[in-house]
Formats: sequence, C-alpha cells, structure tokens
Amino acid sequence: MTTVATNQSAHRHSEPPPVPSRGAGAAITTVELGKTYRSRGGPVVALRGLSMEVQRGELFGLLGPNGAGKSTTIGILTTLIRPSSGSAIVAGADVLREPVAVKRRIGVVSQANNLDRELTVAENLEFRGRYFGLRTSAARRRARELLEWDGLAARAEAMVTQLSGGQAKRVAIARALMHTPEVLVLDEPTAGVDPQTRIRLWKTIRELRDTGLTVVVATHLLAEAEDLCDRVAILDHGRLVVCDSVAGLTGRAGGDRVLTVLFDGPVDQIAIPHWVRRAEVDGAQVRASAANTDGLLSELIAAGAALGRGVRDVTTLLPSLESAFLALTDKEYRE
Amino acid sequence: MRMSILRTGAAMLARELHVLRRNLLQFAVNTGMQPLLAVFVFTYVLPKIGVMRGAQGFGTILVPGLVASTTVLTAIAVVSTSLMRELSFGRAIEDRMLAPLPVWGLGVQKIVWGALHAFLAGLVVFLVVYFVHEPGMRPSVHVANWPLLVSCLVFIPLMAASVGLLVGTILEPSQVSVFINLAMIPATMLGCVYFPWAALRAIPWLQVGVLINPVVYASEALRAVFTPDLPHMPVAVVLSVLVAATAGVGWLAIRSFQRRLLG
Repeated sequence: MTTVATNQSAHRHSEPPPVPSRGAGAAITTVELGKTYRSRGGPVVALRGLSMEVQRGELFGLLGPNGAGKSTTIGILTTLIRPSSGSAIVAGADVLREPVAVKRRIGVVSQANNLDRELTVAENLEFRGRYFGLRTSAARRRARELLEWDGLAARAEAMVTQLSGGQAKRVAIARALMHTPEVLVLDEPTAGVDPQTRIRLWKTIRELRDTGLTVVVATHLLAEAEDLCDRVAILDHGRLVVCDSVAGLTGRAGGDRVLTVLFDGPVDQIAIPHWVRRAEVDGAQVRASAANTDGLLSELIAAGAALGRGVRDVTTLLPSLESAFLALTDKEYRE
Repeated sequence: MRMSILRTGAAMLARELHVLRRNLLQFAVNTGMQPLLAVFVFTYVLPKIGVMRGAQGFGTILVPGLVASTTVLTAIAVVSTSLMRELSFGRAIEDRMLAPLPVWGLGVQKIVWGALHAFLAGLVVFLVVYFVHEPGMRPSVHVANWPLLVSCLVFIPLMAASVGLLVGTILEPSQVSVFINLAMIPATMLGCVYFPWAALRAIPWLQVGVLINPVVYASEALRAVFTPDLPHMPVAVVLSVLVAATAGVGWLAIRSFQRRLLG
C-alpha cells in the first residue's frame, strides 16, 4: 500500500501529457440550441434556445440544478444526442453535419462508468487509442504515459471491475485523452466520489486546463463550479440564465450578501428597511440582499417583533454563485 | 475518411477477438455442449435403446441442421444480448459511440462481429457433429457445391446477425426470456434441423408455417451443400431468400439502431 502511494505521488509530479497547440477563439459555439424529447406523456422540452460560447483554453462550467438541461447539452455537444433545433460547432466541426470530425477532436468522460468491463485498465486505453487510428505500439506507449501521469500505473493490469469509483473516473479521464483531443468534456466528474477524491480530480482537471486544453465540466454543485471554473453558464429549466466569469457573476449580484430570516408565523406586513437592495417576503420567510447586512438582522428582528413574530432561523449567504443564482432567478438553488 | 472508418471498425473487431480469445474455453463449451448432447442422444442413445431403430443415418441429417441452427441462434443471441446490455448498464454503448465512426458504421460493425462469432460457432459444431459418432458411423457429408458453401458462410451469419441487431434495438432486457421461449426455441425446434423441409409434406400447414423461420433456409441451404442427395429446397430459392433477407433485415436493423441510439 505504501509503495503504491509513493509511486503515485512520484508520478503525480510528472507533467501532464502534451496536447496539440491551439489558437485563440471559440472552442464551442451554440446558437439557439433546442431539444424536445418525445415521450408517452407528450413532448418534454429539455433545452430552449441555448446560445453560448466556450473560449479555447478555458475551464468552462455548465452549471444548473438537476433537470436544467446540462446532460442534454453535453449529449448534443458530444454528438450522442441530436438537437431538435439550432446548431453547435465544437472544435471547428458541426455536430449534426460532421459528427465524426467532432468525435475526433473531443474527449468525453461520461457521468456513468462506461469503461469496457471485459478489458483491463491498460487495454481500455489501448483499444480506445486504436479506435482512433493509433498503431498498437503507439497506443500501448501512450496508455503507459497516461497511466503514469494519472498515478494508475500500478493498476494497469487490473480488470476495470476491480477499481474504486474514484479510480474508475481517473481511468476514464486518461482514456478520454488517448487521442489528444482539443476539447475535454466531463459530465458530473465528481458525482458519487468521496471528498478526497473530488479534490484530487479537481487538481487533475486544473492541470489539464494549464496545458492549454479546453475543458468543459457539467456540474450541479455550486462549489465545484465556483472553485474550479474560469467561466460558467448557468442553466435552469432548459434556458440559459447567465454566462459569465465566476468573478463577474458574483459581482453581478452586486457583491451582495443575502440574509434569510424565518419567523414563527406569516409576516406579510413586515416593514423592510428602505436601504435594502431587494427583498422578498414569502409567508414566514423574508429574504433581503444588500451590500452590507450589518444591522439588517436587528432591524428585521425588530420589525418582526412589531408584528408579534419571533425568529426561528437565520442564514447569511456571502457573495457567491449561489447568491448570484438567487438574484438572477429569484429561486433558491437546490442541488 | 472511408479508410479511417474501416480502421476504426477493424480495431473494434480486434477488441472483440481479444475478448473471445481470453474466454476461449467458455466459448467452446457454450457452443459445443448442446450439439454434442444432440448427437449423443439422437445418434447413440435413441438407436441403442431401440426408440429410433434404423436411424443410423440420422447423423447425416443432423450435420447441416445443427450447424445452421447454431450459427443462426448464436448470431442473434450474441448481437442482441450484447447490445441490450450496452444500452442498459450505464449506457456502455456510449464508449463505442464516441469512437470516430458514424452510428450506422457502429451498427455494421456489430453485425459483422456477430456474423464472425456465429461462423466460428458453426465451425465448432461442424467439428463436433462430424467427428463425434459411433465407430464406423461417420455422417456421410461432403461439399457438393463450393460457391454455395461460400455464399452460405457469408449470408447465413450476416442475415442472422442483422436479425440480432434488430431484436436488440427493439426489445428491453426484461423481455429477453420471453423472446427466447417464444422465438428462439421454436425457431430451433421448427427450423428443419432434425428433418428436411420436404419431409413436412405430411403436415402441409406446418410446411407453410415454418417458412417465416430463418433457420429453415439456413438448414436447407447447408443441406444442399453437404448432403445434396437428401431432399432439400431448390438452391435458387434458398439463396434468394438469404440474400434478400440479409439486405432487407440489415437495412431495417441499421435504421432502428440509429433511431435507438440518437434519441
């Protein structure tokens, strides 16, 4: 066990594998992308006119609660789902007209573990390389390089069914890099992994961005998008809520703090201080945002007391993607 | 473009062969056990206990029948069950869908692999049926028509693998056992495996009814190849059906495959 750990930490210091050089410009452009699924219960609209751009070399987050349309977007960008309307250009190729060209230029790490269960770790990588036209010897060499870089060389001969969830995800990332893609797409890369593995995966993803690779991460975790990404697009109910840098987004909410106070009964008539930027009263709950919430809590408590209400619970949200989501959609973000 | 599609398809076949080689013993047992038992019961046990007296030539009838039914059923089972598994379990199919191949190319690759696998299974069965017999009772088979044999080796597995792809795209995994009982077993029992089609003259409705069964044409075609002296359907008829069914079912299967994969 100790030996493996030592090996791994040694390998972790090796450079990420080289990727092709890229110019500036958009790596992904979508225009009015729409998707409607036909189902027995009638049509289900999953995506409504999504237009966005991902720049080359950036680490881009596709953020939204479950059912927001992230997986559909990822499916369309990776040619696995046909859009019902609109268009998408990925790494210079049209997903509908040139799906094979798109596939040559992207690496994809799916949310589910779809490693080839009848093959070993190394074989998973080698055959992926061969599907992309690498000769057997070249595929073997690149597989070895990637497994060493990812700290999985010691597991090369294991069947993938013997891997832990985190290891399987790392193998999937290494496999997606076999054909040196221009764009790496990861769908919920840290779903179902422990916190330690999550931090390690984030580090790996940042390393890849630092090599110049364009990385798109779909996630429903606000913290993941906030800590990891350069820019994010927030989706909700199949619509683009906003697309901006993380810093820009937290600033867009005015850098506000959001104070939520829950009283022990309805407070519809509560007096809100005039200097509060936005406020919303919903039954027993008051939510108010302001650049500085100092003093706001005591004023709200007093205003509630004037109505004969006591305070049950108080939460404060610092300027963040969560407060930005709240400010932009008037809804709480539910992961 | 076309070259790279072929190279990707070839790499996928290499992967299938690699897995098959690793599971070779299992493949041989799975493929050979049933025909071995059929030969044992029909050409040894039954004549020995007096149930089928005078059936010593039965081995000769069984050679084309068992090779045909195993080839057809193996192709259908291999393609349909592997596809259903890949479509359900974490959508493992996405791994292949992301390879630089159009979706129709992936469907063709699955048909070609199913056909190749079924051909190998047919070969195992031929060796079992031909070489396992009572002393001096070797089935009297010889290749009477080489071009027909080659056509059979190409079209029987391809036709059956196309059926497999179609079935795999239509059925849900929970319906497999129903499919086996309702389609696969009747297809074997009524596939002119144990008797030539002409012998069904005595039961006219059945003779007509079995014509929807692809195993019938496979058995009859191989009968024309290996045992031309026994009654068999006219070569032109079986060949036409095999070629037309391969093209027709193949086209339907690829379309259904594309629709199923690209939601």
